[in-house]
Amino acid sequence: MGRFGDFHLQSHPDQANGRTWPVVAAVAVGGAAGAALRLGVSAAWPNGSDARLVWRTGEAAFPWTTLLINTVGCFLMGVLTVALKERFTRAPALLNPLLGTGVLGGFTTFSSYTDDVRRLFENGQPGAAAGCLVSTVAGALTGVALGAALARAVLTGPRGTGDGAGSVAP
Amino acid sequence: MNTVLLVLAGGACGAVARYSIGLAAGPHQSRPFHWGTFLANMAACLVLGFLTEAGGDDALGAPGQALLATGFCGALSTWSTFSHEVLATAGGRRTAAAAGYLLVTVAVGLALSFAGSAVAAALW
Repeated sequence: MGRFGDFHLQSHPDQANGRTWPVVAAVAVGGAAGAALRLGVSAAWPNGSDARLVWRTGEAAFPWTTLLINTVGCFLMGVLTVALKERFTRAPALLNPLLGTGVLGGFTTFSSYTDDVRRLFENGQPGAAAGCLVSTVAGALTGVALGAALARAVLTGPRGTGDGAGSVAP
Repeated sequence: MNTVLLVLAGGACGAVARYSIGLAAGPHQSRPFHWGTFLANMAACLVLGFLTEAGGDDALGAPGQALLATGFCGALSTWSTFSHEVLATAGGRRTAAAAGYLLVTVAVGLALSFAGSAVAAALW
């Protein structure tokens, strides 16, 4: 447990501890889970997401699924960051690489976003492409800010703990 | 092979690759431009753009798509860490730097998606 115990001393375990095996393992497990979760959402709600990469004929569906996945993932990232850095500061430090770098990093996807935008353009749907381009940015940024604000209100309460340094909202 | 298993394997590799790129890029908590996240996202955009068009229609097949596209590229790239970094930078009153990081990532990522698909289209 000595190796695990050391992680409790670091506020940014995935940055500070280097390539140690527990962190790498946490990132791998989390990344696998996040990607599988994304596959599950795409399978449950298949419209233009990366679950169906090939939509070469006719009008392409707007990639609502990828937009939803990225927005929800960003919202949860806002919640997680506040929870770990401002409320549960003594939580196991491996939670950050597991849930943040791993699960949420694996769940959200930037490459499917740019690929969706490109293919909407190439499919002669510049309006949908621009809509996807802008709405994903808006959804992701709003998601993180909203998640952080909500978590701060619920978790840190009226005591107003934390100086906010390095946190999300200004 | 089972699609879920392939996505799990690709996702694990992609996330570890992103994490390793972040480590190689060095500590970045105070810098507005997060090279680790940027490079991981850009690599994924280029590779996915290439894969989508590689080998003609549906050459990748369902297993390749699950492993490389949904799994690896999906987990190598990230919106959650990226948008968090943008807002953290903006919250530190470096709004211009945050906007720059956002715009450069989106613009170059999109350009690399086009570049990847163009390379694949030229090869096949």
